Amino acid sequence: MNWFTKTFSSTIGRKIIMSVTGLFLCSFLVVHLVGNLTLFYQDGGEAFNIYSHFMANNPVIRTMEIVLVLGFLFHIYDAIVLTRRNKVARPVGYAENHPQENSTWSSRNMGLLGTIILVFLLVHLWNFFVPARFGELEGVPNAEYTNLYAEVVRAFKNPIYVGLYVISMIALAYHLIHGFQSAFQSLGLTHKKYTPFIKTFGVAFSVLISLGFALIPLYFFFFVNL
Amino acid sequence: MAGSNPNAKPMDLTLKIWRQKDKNSAGQLVTYPLKNISPDMSFLEMLDVLNEELLVAGQDPVAFDHDCREGICGMCSLFINGRAHGPERGTTTCQLHMRHFNHGDTITIEPWRAAAFPVHKDLIVDRSAFDRIQQAGGYVSVNTGGVPDANEIAIPKTIADKAFDAATCIGCGACVAACKNASAMLFVSAKVSQLAMLPQGKVEAKTRVENMVAQMDVEGFGACSNTGACAAECPVGISLDNIAMMNREYLGAKASSENV
Repeated sequence: MNWFTKTFSSTIGRKIIMSVTGLFLCSFLVVHLVGNLTLFYQDGGEAFNIYSHFMANNPVIRTMEIVLVLGFLFHIYDAIVLTRRNKVARPVGYAENHPQENSTWSSRNMGLLGTIILVFLLVHLWNFFVPARFGELEGVPNAEYTNLYAEVVRAFKNPIYVGLYVISMIALAYHLIHGFQSAFQSLGLTHKKYTPFIKTFGVAFSVLISLGFALIPLYFFFFVNL
Repeated sequence: MAGSNPNAKPMDLTLKIWRQKDKNSAGQLVTYPLKNISPDMSFLEMLDVLNEELLVAGQDPVAFDHDCREGICGMCSLFINGRAHGPERGTTTCQLHMRHFNHGDTITIEPWRAAAFPVHKDLIVDRSAFDRIQQAGGYVSVNTGGVPDANEIAIPKTIADKAFDAATCIGCGACVAACKNASAMLFVSAKVSQLAMLPQGKVEAKTRVENMVAQMDVEGFGACSNTGACAAECPVGISLDNIAMMNREYLGAKASSENV
Protein backbone atom coordinates (compact mmCIF):
# COMPACT_ATOMS: atom_id res chain seq x y z
CA MET A 1 0.00 0.00 0.00
CA ASN A 2 1.25 3.50 -0.67
CA TRP A 3 1.11 6.25 1.94
CA PHE A 4 -2.25 7.50 0.72
CA THR A 5 -4.17 4.24 0.98
CA LYS A 6 -2.32 3.45 4.22
CA THR A 7 -3.48 6.75 5.70
CA PHE A 8 -7.12 6.25 4.80
CA SER A 9 -7.24 2.62 5.88
CA SER A 10 -5.88 3.44 9.36
CA THR A 11 -8.47 3.77 12.12
CA ILE A 12 -8.04 7.56 12.21
CA GLY A 13 -8.05 7.78 8.41
CA ARG A 14 -11.33 5.91 8.20
CA LYS A 15 -12.84 8.17 10.86
CA ILE A 16 -11.76 11.17 8.78
CA ILE A 17 -13.60 9.68 5.79
CA MET A 18 -16.64 9.08 8.02
CA SER A 19 -16.54 12.73 9.12
CA VAL A 20 -16.06 14.29 5.71
CA THR A 21 -18.73 12.14 4.05
CA GLY A 22 -21.04 12.62 7.05
CA LEU A 23 -20.82 16.41 6.86
CA PHE A 24 -21.27 16.25 3.09
CA LEU A 25 -24.43 14.17 3.58
CA CYS A 26 -25.60 16.80 6.09
CA SER A 27 -25.30 19.43 3.35
CA PHE A 28 -27.37 17.18 1.08
CA LEU A 29 -30.09 17.02 3.76
CA VAL A 30 -30.32 20.82 3.76
CA VAL A 31 -30.70 21.02 -0.01
CA HIS A 32 -33.20 18.15 -0.06
CA LEU A 33 -35.33 19.65 2.71
CA VAL A 34 -35.33 23.14 1.22
CA GLY A 35 -36.48 21.68 -2.12
CA ASN A 36 -39.13 19.56 -0.46
CA LEU A 37 -40.62 22.61 1.23
CA THR A 38 -42.28 23.27 -2.16
CA LEU A 39 -44.62 20.42 -1.15
CA PHE A 40 -46.23 22.83 1.32
CA TYR A 41 -47.23 25.29 -1.44
CA GLN A 42 -50.98 25.26 -1.89
CA ASP A 43 -50.77 24.99 -5.68
CA GLY A 44 -51.78 21.39 -6.36
CA GLY A 45 -48.15 20.36 -6.62
CA GLU A 46 -47.04 22.66 -9.44
CA ALA A 47 -44.00 24.11 -7.65
CA PHE A 48 -42.91 20.67 -6.46
CA ASN A 49 -43.27 19.12 -9.92
CA ILE A 50 -41.25 21.92 -11.51
CA TYR A 51 -38.60 21.52 -8.81
CA SER A 52 -38.39 17.74 -9.22
CA HIS A 53 -38.23 18.11 -13.00
CA PHE A 54 -35.28 20.48 -12.55
CA MET A 55 -33.53 18.09 -10.15
CA ALA A 56 -33.93 15.19 -12.59
CA ASN A 57 -32.64 17.06 -15.64
CA ASN A 58 -30.13 19.72 -14.59
CA PRO A 59 -26.61 18.53 -15.54
CA VAL A 60 -24.98 20.02 -12.42
CA ILE A 61 -27.48 18.26 -10.18
CA ARG A 62 -27.04 15.01 -12.09
CA THR A 63 -23.26 15.23 -11.58
CA MET A 64 -23.68 15.96 -7.88
CA GLU A 65 -25.97 12.94 -7.72
CA ILE A 66 -22.98 10.72 -8.52
CA VAL A 67 -20.90 12.45 -5.84
CA LEU A 68 -23.80 11.94 -3.42
CA VAL A 69 -23.96 8.22 -4.16
CA LEU A 70 -20.19 7.98 -3.61
CA GLY A 71 -20.61 9.88 -0.33
CA PHE A 72 -23.17 7.35 0.86
CA LEU A 73 -21.08 4.39 -0.32
CA PHE A 74 -17.89 5.54 1.42
CA HIS A 75 -19.80 6.41 4.60
CA ILE A 76 -21.49 2.99 4.68
CA TYR A 77 -18.41 1.02 3.62
CA ASP A 78 -16.15 2.59 6.24
CA ALA A 79 -18.85 2.19 8.88
CA ILE A 80 -18.96 -1.56 8.18
CA VAL A 81 -15.16 -1.91 8.18
CA LEU A 82 -14.83 0.06 11.45
CA THR A 83 -17.70 -1.77 13.16
CA ARG A 84 -16.18 -5.15 12.32
CA ARG A 85 -12.77 -4.02 13.56
CA ASN A 86 -14.32 -2.70 16.77
CA LYS A 87 -16.11 -6.00 17.41
CA VAL A 88 -12.86 -7.93 16.94
CA ALA A 89 -11.11 -5.54 19.37
CA ARG A 90 -13.25 -6.95 22.22
CA PRO A 91 -13.83 -10.66 21.63
CA VAL A 92 -14.92 -11.32 25.24
CA GLY A 93 -17.45 -8.89 26.67
CA TYR A 94 -18.20 -7.96 30.27
CA ALA A 95 -20.61 -9.94 32.41
CA GLU A 96 -21.73 -6.65 33.92
CA ASN A 97 -21.43 -3.33 32.10
CA HIS A 98 -23.07 0.06 32.64
CA PRO A 99 -22.11 2.23 29.67
CA GLN A 100 -25.06 4.54 30.29
CA GLU A 101 -22.99 5.94 33.18
CA ASN A 102 -20.32 7.28 30.84
CA SER A 103 -21.80 7.86 27.38
CA THR A 104 -25.02 8.62 25.51
CA TRP A 105 -27.16 5.92 23.92
CA SER A 106 -26.95 7.47 20.45
CA SER A 107 -23.14 7.66 20.54
CA ARG A 108 -23.00 3.93 21.24
CA ASN A 109 -25.60 2.98 18.63
CA MET A 110 -24.60 4.89 15.50
CA GLY A 111 -24.46 1.65 13.54
CA LEU A 112 -28.00 0.68 14.52
CA LEU A 113 -29.30 4.19 13.79
CA GLY A 114 -27.43 4.22 10.48
CA THR A 115 -28.92 0.87 9.51
CA ILE A 116 -32.45 2.18 10.17
CA ILE A 117 -31.63 5.19 7.98
CA LEU A 118 -30.26 2.92 5.25
CA VAL A 119 -33.42 0.79 5.24
CA PHE A 120 -35.46 3.98 5.09
CA LEU A 121 -33.30 5.27 2.25
CA LEU A 122 -33.93 2.16 0.15
CA VAL A 123 -37.69 2.33 0.78
CA HIS A 124 -37.63 6.06 0.05
CA LEU A 125 -35.80 5.57 -3.27
CA TRP A 126 -38.30 2.85 -4.16
CA ASN A 127 -41.20 5.16 -3.33
CA PHE A 128 -40.14 8.21 -5.32
CA PHE A 129 -36.77 8.05 -7.05
CA VAL A 130 -37.36 4.80 -8.95
CA PRO A 131 -40.81 5.74 -10.37
CA ALA A 132 -39.63 9.28 -11.14
CA ARG A 133 -36.46 8.22 -12.94
CA PHE A 134 -37.27 4.79 -14.35
CA GLY A 135 -41.04 4.39 -14.12
CA GLU A 136 -43.90 6.01 -15.91
CA LEU A 137 -45.54 8.73 -13.93
CA GLU A 138 -48.78 10.26 -15.03
CA GLY A 139 -48.31 13.47 -16.98
CA VAL A 140 -49.53 16.92 -16.17
CA PRO A 141 -51.83 18.47 -18.83
CA ASN A 142 -50.12 21.20 -20.87
CA ALA A 143 -46.79 20.79 -19.04
CA GLU A 144 -43.47 19.15 -19.90
CA TYR A 145 -43.05 17.64 -16.42
CA THR A 146 -44.68 14.59 -14.85
CA ASN A 147 -46.78 14.49 -11.71
CA LEU A 148 -44.48 13.29 -8.92
CA TYR A 149 -46.66 15.24 -6.51
CA ALA A 150 -49.51 12.76 -7.05
CA GLU A 151 -47.07 9.98 -6.13
CA VAL A 152 -46.26 11.78 -2.87
CA VAL A 153 -49.95 12.17 -2.02
CA ARG A 154 -50.61 8.52 -2.76
CA ALA A 155 -47.64 7.20 -0.73
CA PHE A 156 -48.50 9.25 2.33
CA LYS A 157 -52.08 8.01 2.44
CA ASN A 158 -50.50 4.71 3.53
CA PRO A 159 -50.13 4.76 7.33
CA ILE A 160 -47.33 2.16 7.16
CA TYR A 161 -45.18 4.49 5.07
CA VAL A 162 -46.03 7.47 7.28
CA GLY A 163 -45.04 5.49 10.37
CA LEU A 164 -41.82 4.25 8.78
CA TYR A 165 -40.86 7.74 7.62
CA VAL A 166 -41.50 9.36 11.01
CA ILE A 167 -39.60 6.65 12.94
CA SER A 168 -36.73 6.91 10.48
CA MET A 169 -36.56 10.67 10.97
CA ILE A 170 -36.32 10.12 14.74
CA ALA A 171 -33.40 7.76 14.05
CA LEU A 172 -31.89 10.41 11.78
CA ALA A 173 -32.18 13.01 14.53
CA TYR A 174 -30.29 10.85 17.02
CA HIS A 175 -27.73 9.84 14.38
CA LEU A 176 -27.04 13.51 13.64
CA ILE A 177 -27.07 14.67 17.27
CA HIS A 178 -24.02 12.50 17.88
CA GLY A 179 -22.63 12.54 14.35
CA PHE A 180 -22.55 16.26 13.65
CA GLN A 181 -20.34 17.33 16.55
CA SER A 182 -18.45 14.04 16.43
CA ALA A 183 -17.37 14.77 12.85
CA PHE A 184 -15.67 17.98 13.97
CA GLN A 185 -13.94 16.12 16.81
CA SER A 186 -12.67 13.42 14.42
CA LEU A 187 -11.33 16.07 12.06
CA GLY A 188 -9.53 17.67 14.98
CA LEU A 189 -11.59 20.84 14.59
CA THR A 190 -11.98 21.65 18.26
CA HIS A 191 -11.50 25.01 19.87
CA LYS A 192 -12.44 26.49 23.18
CA LYS A 193 -14.35 29.27 21.41
CA TYR A 194 -16.09 27.36 18.64
CA THR A 195 -16.72 23.84 19.95
CA PRO A 196 -19.57 24.86 22.32
CA PHE A 197 -21.25 26.58 19.36
CA ILE A 198 -20.73 23.55 17.08
CA LYS A 199 -22.32 21.31 19.72
CA THR A 200 -25.37 23.54 20.22
CA PHE A 201 -25.74 24.17 16.50
CA GLY A 202 -25.45 20.42 15.83
CA VAL A 203 -28.34 19.59 18.13
CA ALA A 204 -30.53 22.35 16.69
CA PHE A 205 -29.59 21.32 13.14
CA SER A 206 -30.37 17.65 13.83
CA VAL A 207 -33.76 18.35 15.39
CA LEU A 208 -34.87 20.94 12.82
CA ILE A 209 -33.84 18.91 9.76
CA SER A 210 -35.45 15.72 11.05
CA LEU A 211 -38.57 17.55 12.17
CA GLY A 212 -38.85 19.27 8.78
CA PHE A 213 -38.70 15.94 6.94
CA ALA A 214 -41.05 14.21 9.39
CA LEU A 215 -43.69 16.92 8.95
CA ILE A 216 -44.07 16.10 5.23
CA PRO A 217 -45.67 12.62 5.55
CA LEU A 218 -47.71 13.79 8.55
CA TYR A 219 -48.99 16.84 6.63
CA PHE A 220 -50.02 14.75 3.66
CA PHE A 221 -51.60 12.03 5.79
CA PHE A 222 -53.74 14.41 7.81
CA PHE A 223 -54.36 17.46 5.63
CA VAL A 224 -54.03 16.77 1.91
CA ASN A 225 -56.63 15.12 -0.29
CA LEU A 226 -56.23 15.00 -4.02
CA MET B 1 -6.93 3.06 63.17
CA ALA B 2 -6.21 6.75 62.64
CA GLY B 3 -8.83 8.55 60.61
CA SER B 4 -11.26 5.69 60.71
CA ASN B 5 -14.91 6.32 61.37
CA PRO B 6 -15.89 4.63 64.66
CA ASN B 7 -19.54 4.53 63.58
CA ALA B 8 -18.82 2.75 60.32
CA LYS B 9 -20.18 -0.75 60.61
CA PRO B 10 -18.32 -3.66 59.00
CA MET B 11 -20.11 -5.06 56.00
CA ASP B 12 -20.72 -8.44 54.47
CA LEU B 13 -20.34 -8.76 50.72
CA THR B 14 -20.75 -11.27 47.95
CA LEU B 15 -17.96 -11.10 45.39
CA LYS B 16 -18.25 -12.46 41.87
CA ILE B 17 -14.69 -12.61 40.57
CA TRP B 18 -13.33 -13.66 37.19
CA ARG B 19 -11.04 -16.63 37.73
CA GLN B 20 -8.83 -17.82 34.91
CA LYS B 21 -5.86 -20.16 35.39
CA ASP B 22 -3.72 -18.78 32.57
CA LYS B 23 -3.76 -17.21 29.12
CA ASN B 24 -4.92 -20.37 27.40
CA SER B 25 -7.54 -21.57 29.87
CA ALA B 26 -11.21 -20.68 29.84
CA GLY B 27 -12.29 -18.61 32.82
CA GLN B 28 -15.51 -18.07 34.70
CA LEU B 29 -17.02 -15.90 37.42
CA VAL B 30 -16.67 -17.50 40.87
CA THR B 31 -18.71 -16.35 43.85
CA TYR B 32 -17.04 -15.67 47.22
CA PRO B 33 -18.84 -14.53 50.36
CA LEU B 34 -16.76 -12.09 52.43
CA LYS B 35 -17.62 -10.94 55.95
CA ASN B 36 -16.57 -8.10 58.24
CA ILE B 37 -15.14 -5.69 55.70
CA SER B 38 -14.36 -2.24 57.12
CA PRO B 39 -15.78 0.65 55.07
CA ASP B 40 -12.39 2.35 55.56
CA MET B 41 -10.56 -0.29 53.57
CA SER B 42 -9.56 0.37 50.00
CA PHE B 43 -10.92 -1.97 47.37
CA LEU B 44 -7.54 -3.66 47.04
CA GLU B 45 -7.27 -4.13 50.81
CA MET B 46 -10.64 -5.85 50.66
CA LEU B 47 -9.20 -8.21 48.04
CA ASP B 48 -6.15 -8.73 50.27
CA VAL B 49 -8.52 -9.92 53.02
CA LEU B 50 -10.18 -12.30 50.60
CA ASN B 51 -6.79 -13.64 49.48
CA GLU B 52 -5.69 -14.27 53.07
CA GLU B 53 -8.85 -16.29 53.63
CA LEU B 54 -8.26 -18.21 50.39
CA LEU B 55 -4.65 -18.97 51.40
CA VAL B 56 -5.71 -20.19 54.84
CA ALA B 57 -8.28 -22.43 53.15
CA GLY B 58 -5.53 -23.78 50.88
CA GLN B 59 -6.95 -22.21 47.72
CA ASP B 60 -5.29 -20.21 44.97
CA PRO B 61 -5.47 -16.48 45.79
CA VAL B 62 -7.00 -14.06 43.26
CA ALA B 63 -4.30 -12.53 41.05
CA PHE B 64 -4.66 -8.77 40.51
CA ASP B 65 -2.29 -5.97 39.51
CA HIS B 66 -1.26 -3.34 42.05
CA ASP B 67 1.81 -1.36 42.98
CA CYS B 68 1.89 2.11 44.55
CA ARG B 69 -1.65 2.05 45.95
CA GLU B 70 -1.54 5.84 45.83
CA GLY B 71 -3.31 6.29 42.50
CA ILE B 72 -0.23 7.40 40.58
CA CYS B 73 1.43 4.32 39.09
CA GLY B 74 -1.30 3.02 36.78
CA MET B 75 -0.81 -0.59 37.80
CA CYS B 76 -4.22 -1.35 39.33
CA SER B 77 -7.16 -1.97 37.06
CA LEU B 78 -10.41 -3.97 37.55
CA PHE B 79 -13.83 -3.57 35.99
CA ILE B 80 -16.01 -3.28 39.07
CA ASN B 81 -19.80 -3.54 38.84
CA GLY B 82 -19.73 -2.65 35.17
CA ARG B 83 -17.38 0.34 35.48
CA ALA B 84 -13.63 0.77 34.94
CA HIS B 85 -11.99 1.40 38.36
CA GLY B 86 -15.45 1.09 39.95
CA PRO B 87 -18.39 3.47 40.30
CA GLU B 88 -16.55 6.59 41.57
CA ARG B 89 -15.35 9.12 39.00
CA GLY B 90 -11.72 10.22 38.85
CA THR B 91 -10.51 7.37 41.02
CA THR B 92 -8.18 4.42 40.56
CA THR B 93 -9.24 1.12 42.11
CA CYS B 94 -6.59 1.49 44.83
CA GLN B 95 -8.13 4.81 45.87
CA LEU B 96 -11.67 3.43 45.80
CA HIS B 97 -12.88 2.84 49.33
CA MET B 98 -15.37 0.29 50.56
CA ARG B 99 -17.54 3.06 52.05
CA HIS B 100 -18.92 3.51 48.54
CA PHE B 101 -20.51 0.08 48.82
CA ASN B 102 -23.26 -1.16 51.11
CA HIS B 103 -23.66 -4.07 53.46
CA GLY B 104 -25.11 -7.00 51.52
CA ASP B 105 -23.89 -5.81 48.10
CA THR B 106 -22.89 -8.19 45.36
CA ILE B 107 -19.79 -6.88 43.59
CA THR B 108 -18.78 -8.17 40.16
CA ILE B 109 -15.04 -7.90 39.44
CA GLU B 110 -13.73 -8.52 35.95
CA PRO B 111 -10.44 -7.90 34.13
CA TRP B 112 -10.11 -5.25 31.38
CA ARG B 113 -11.59 -6.76 28.22
CA ALA B 114 -9.74 -6.16 24.96
CA ALA B 115 -8.11 -8.34 22.33
CA ALA B 116 -4.97 -6.22 22.78
CA PHE B 117 -5.02 -6.86 26.57
CA PRO B 118 -5.05 -10.66 26.87
CA VAL B 119 -5.82 -12.05 30.34
CA HIS B 120 -2.70 -13.48 31.99
CA LYS B 121 -4.37 -14.86 35.09
CA ASP B 122 -7.59 -14.00 36.91
CA LEU B 123 -7.81 -10.19 36.90
CA ILE B 124 -4.34 -9.50 35.47
CA VAL B 125 -4.16 -8.49 31.83
CA ASP B 126 -1.09 -8.00 29.67
CA ARG B 127 -0.84 -4.29 28.91
CA SER B 128 2.48 -4.44 27.08
CA ALA B 129 0.66 -3.27 23.94
CA PHE B 130 0.82 0.20 25.57
CA ASP B 131 4.60 -0.19 26.02
CA ARG B 132 5.05 -1.06 22.36
CA ILE B 133 3.03 2.01 21.33
CA GLN B 134 5.26 4.16 23.54
CA GLN B 135 8.37 2.57 22.08
CA ALA B 136 7.11 3.45 18.60
CA GLY B 137 7.51 7.16 19.30
CA GLY B 138 6.37 8.30 22.75
CA TYR B 139 9.68 9.91 23.60
CA VAL B 140 11.94 12.87 22.85
CA SER B 141 15.44 12.20 21.56
CA VAL B 142 18.05 14.15 23.53
CA ASN B 143 21.65 14.75 22.57
CA THR B 144 24.33 14.09 25.14
CA GLY B 145 26.33 17.07 26.38
CA GLY B 146 26.11 19.67 29.05
CA VAL B 147 23.00 20.07 31.14
CA PRO B 148 20.81 22.78 29.58
CA ASP B 149 19.59 25.58 31.82
CA ALA B 150 16.13 25.05 33.26
CA ASN B 151 13.43 27.13 31.58
CA GLU B 152 15.86 28.08 28.81
CA ILE B 153 13.10 27.65 26.24
CA ALA B 154 10.14 29.94 26.82
CA ILE B 155 6.83 28.00 26.80
CA PRO B 156 3.51 29.81 27.27
CA LYS B 157 1.85 28.90 30.57
CA THR B 158 -1.36 27.73 28.85
CA ILE B 159 0.59 25.34 26.62
CA ALA B 160 2.69 24.08 29.53
CA ASP B 161 -0.49 23.41 31.51
CA LYS B 162 -2.14 21.53 28.66
CA ALA B 163 0.96 19.45 28.05
CA PHE B 164 1.17 18.68 31.75
CA ASP B 165 -2.52 17.68 31.87
CA ALA B 166 -1.90 15.24 29.02
CA ALA B 167 1.25 13.98 30.75
CA THR B 168 -0.72 12.98 33.84
CA CYS B 169 -1.91 9.85 31.97
CA ILE B 170 -0.80 6.89 34.08
CA GLY B 171 -1.35 4.34 31.31
CA CYS B 172 -3.72 2.16 33.35
CA GLY B 173 -5.87 1.23 30.35
CA ALA B 174 -9.24 2.26 31.82
CA CYS B 175 -9.96 4.13 28.57
CA VAL B 176 -9.61 0.90 26.59
CA ALA B 177 -11.64 -1.01 29.16
CA ALA B 178 -14.51 1.51 29.15
CA CYS B 179 -14.63 2.08 25.38
CA LYS B 180 -17.25 0.04 23.54
CA ASN B 181 -14.65 -0.43 20.78
CA ALA B 182 -11.73 -1.20 23.13
CA SER B 183 -10.04 1.80 21.53
CA ALA B 184 -6.74 3.14 22.86
CA MET B 185 -7.26 6.60 21.36
CA LEU B 186 -7.32 8.46 24.68
CA PHE B 187 -4.07 6.87 25.88
CA VAL B 188 -2.26 7.33 22.57
CA SER B 189 -3.54 10.87 22.15
CA ALA B 190 -2.36 11.86 25.62
CA LYS B 191 1.10 10.49 24.83
CA VAL B 192 1.17 12.15 21.42
CA SER B 193 -0.08 15.57 22.44
CA GLN B 194 1.93 15.98 25.65
CA LEU B 195 5.02 16.03 23.42
CA ALA B 196 3.51 17.62 20.32
CA MET B 197 2.67 20.79 22.26
CA LEU B 198 6.20 21.39 23.53
CA PRO B 199 9.15 22.72 21.49
CA GLN B 200 11.35 19.76 22.45
CA GLY B 201 8.70 17.38 21.16
CA LYS B 202 7.87 19.20 17.95
CA VAL B 203 11.17 18.07 16.39
CA GLU B 204 9.92 14.50 16.01
CA ALA B 205 6.20 15.27 16.07
CA LYS B 206 5.28 14.04 12.59
CA THR B 207 7.11 10.73 12.70
CA ARG B 208 5.93 10.20 16.29
CA VAL B 209 2.21 10.46 15.56
CA GLU B 210 2.52 8.37 12.38
CA ASN B 211 4.40 5.57 14.12
CA MET B 212 2.36 5.54 17.32
CA VAL B 213 -0.96 5.42 15.47
CA ALA B 214 0.37 2.68 13.19
CA GLN B 215 1.45 0.66 16.22
CA MET B 216 -1.93 1.28 17.90
CA ASP B 217 -3.62 -0.23 14.84
CA VAL B 218 -1.21 -3.17 14.73
CA GLU B 219 -2.00 -4.00 18.36
CA GLY B 220 -5.65 -4.50 17.45
CA PHE B 221 -7.33 -1.69 19.39
CA GLY B 222 -10.65 -0.43 18.01
CA ALA B 223 -11.42 2.93 16.42
CA CYS B 224 -12.82 6.01 18.17
CA SER B 225 -16.60 6.55 18.12
CA ASN B 226 -16.33 9.73 20.20
CA THR B 227 -18.66 8.33 22.85
CA GLY B 228 -16.55 10.01 25.54
CA ALA B 229 -16.67 6.92 27.77
CA CYS B 230 -12.87 6.91 28.02
CA ALA B 231 -12.58 10.45 29.38
CA ALA B 232 -15.54 9.89 31.72
CA GLU B 233 -13.89 6.82 33.25
CA CYS B 234 -10.28 8.09 33.16
CA PRO B 235 -9.00 8.22 36.77
CA VAL B 236 -6.84 11.28 36.03
CA GLY B 237 -9.30 13.14 33.80
CA ILE B 238 -7.48 13.09 30.44
CA SER B 239 -9.52 15.27 28.07
CA LEU B 240 -11.06 14.31 24.72
CA ASP B 241 -9.33 17.42 23.33
CA ASN B 242 -6.20 15.29 23.13
CA ILE B 243 -7.92 12.96 20.64
CA ALA B 244 -8.89 15.90 18.45
CA MET B 245 -5.33 17.17 18.68
CA MET B 246 -3.90 13.78 17.72
CA ASN B 247 -6.23 13.51 14.72
CA ARG B 248 -5.13 16.98 13.64
CA GLU B 249 -1.47 16.02 14.11
CA TYR B 250 -2.00 12.75 12.25
CA LEU B 251 -3.70 14.29 9.25
CA GLY B 252 -1.10 17.09 9.08
CA ALA B 253 1.78 14.64 9.39
CA LYS B 254 0.38 12.30 6.76
CA ALA B 255 -0.12 15.20 4.37
CA SER B 256 3.27 16.85 4.88
CA SER B 257 5.86 14.40 6.25
CA GLU B 258 8.34 12.77 3.89
CA ASN B 259 7.65 9.29 5.26
CA VAL B 260 6.14 7.51 2.28
